Amino acid sequence: MIKSKLLNSLTRTLGGIGYRMTERIWRLGAGARLFFLTIFYSGESFKRFHLTLREIYFTGVMSLLIIVVSAFFVGMVLALQGYNTLQKYGSSEAIGVLVALSLVRELGPVVTALLFAGRAGTAITAEIGLMKTTEQLSAMEMMAVNPIARVIAPRFWAGVISMPILATLFSMVGILGGYIVAVPLIGVDDGAFWSQMQANVDFRLDIVNGLIKSLVFGVACTMIALFEGFDAPPTAEGVSRATTRTVVISSLTVLALDFVLTSFMLVI
Amino acid sequence: MNPNIVEIDNLSFGYKGRLLHKGINMVFPRGKVVAIMGGSGSGKTTLLRLIGGQIKPSKGEVRVDGAVVHQQDRDGIYKLRRKMGMLFQHGALFTDLSVFDNVAFPMRELTDLPESMIRDLVLMKLNAVGLRGAYNFMPTELSGGMARRVALARAVALDPNIIMYDEPFAGLDPISMAVICDLIRSLNDALGATSIIVSHDVKETFLIADYVYFVASGEVAAEGTPHDLMQSTLPFVHQFVHGEKDGPVPFHYPASNYQAELLGHKSAKSN
Repeated sequence: MIKSKLLNSLTRTLGGIGYRMTERIWRLGAGARLFFLTIFYSGESFKRFHLTLREIYFTGVMSLLIIVVSAFFVGMVLALQGYNTLQKYGSSEAIGVLVALSLVRELGPVVTALLFAGRAGTAITAEIGLMKTTEQLSAMEMMAVNPIARVIAPRFWAGVISMPILATLFSMVGILGGYIVAVPLIGVDDGAFWSQMQANVDFRLDIVNGLIKSLVFGVACTMIALFEGFDAPPTAEGVSRATTRTVVISSLTVLALDFVLTSFMLVI
Repeated sequence: MNPNIVEIDNLSFGYKGRLLHKGINMVFPRGKVVAIMGGSGSGKTTLLRLIGGQIKPSKGEVRVDGAVVHQQDRDGIYKLRRKMGMLFQHGALFTDLSVFDNVAFPMRELTDLPESMIRDLVLMKLNAVGLRGAYNFMPTELSGGMARRVALARAVALDPNIIMYDEPFAGLDPISMAVICDLIRSLNDALGATSIIVSHDVKETFLIADYVYFVASGEVAAEGTPHDLMQSTLPFVHQFVHGEKDGPVPFHYPASNYQAELLGHKSAKSN
């Protein structure tokens, strides 16, 4: 009796694990399929670029405020913390390099992607999910209009285009924040701040690598947000869960991808 | 020319191991208003999705203008859908577009018409449903009846041969219901189209339909003109048409023995 109960419970547990694994693999496959279909049906997004431009406004321009304000504070905190440590070693003039490299290489792309997932990613998921719930995507299908070409692809390219621009702005505003704290407030030499930065920040190794990271994060975050919306069960609860998943999966993906990309970039 | 624009031949459809339709046969003659009626969950809307090629049948076929829908590739399906217009249950208007842009949507997406001509056509369609004055409203500013009328204008934007209506009267006040009822008939006659109405509102549907199919338990339970069906002595049709609460369609969903379940529950609790 006890043996059979134990066997039943073991079977249920293993079955549950198997079900969850299969479901996740299935979702990964469905996501990859949507990604390739999006690329395949992207012609419309460029032929009628106003569709993509409109989405750039909603995903990129509307995210500007949170990106700029966050960047400003991140830059200021970096300068404060950096100065605190650097002055112990008598190299407080290197504060400009520290702020710039931290922002351009890591914080710019990563924090922008995390903020983008929270601000624009959730909006994309909720919008697509609600379009599905209210049968707008079905209506489009019935009008012989492909929703992937008309709805998904323009949003995808808008995210991919917006992310590097936002990350660049993040780094620029962050450096400005760092400058304001380091030079006028703390009193670090103005010339040393900029000249050390100019001498030590490499265009190819630092700026281009940062841009590549933000581009990859743009593809990942936007695609996750679009897939979660497209795959959301057409109920209020379904859309709410999909929106939460967008933030969680995007954030973890960005952090994992950052590690992988940084490893490759440091080796190459 | 085939007198029937849509033909459903021995169609079966099921999912998750449950057979929703079991060998359904229906024809939809050109120029007529044909209704598909039945209780909630009887698969009426699924029939519209099968006609539109959004899902594939398990057995049998749906032919639209002679073409077997599920055998078409994506381009073929889209070509067939250009002959169709569909009014969804809640309108399915694009919430980020104005009334004008919603009606203009299929014209802009599927034709190369100049914007000046699209403007005139949209205003004509909106005038036909009595909402020309609301062209710059957003969908959130419309009442349920108005949204349904805008969706109807959008469904007929490209003068389709087949117009499908999914529960067009659901949730409307009596005035809006009468307006939609009148519009379905008049637009069908003006466009020379074929209308397929899925509904469970007997009074309104019988008022405008030329022919009615009753679907129950996955089969066509009865068919005929509204007049014939009003006189029908078939138990299911009689119960449905006269809105009786018990009959062949039972009040209770199938369940285990009531007494046994209550007693079982009691003894389980006492344990």
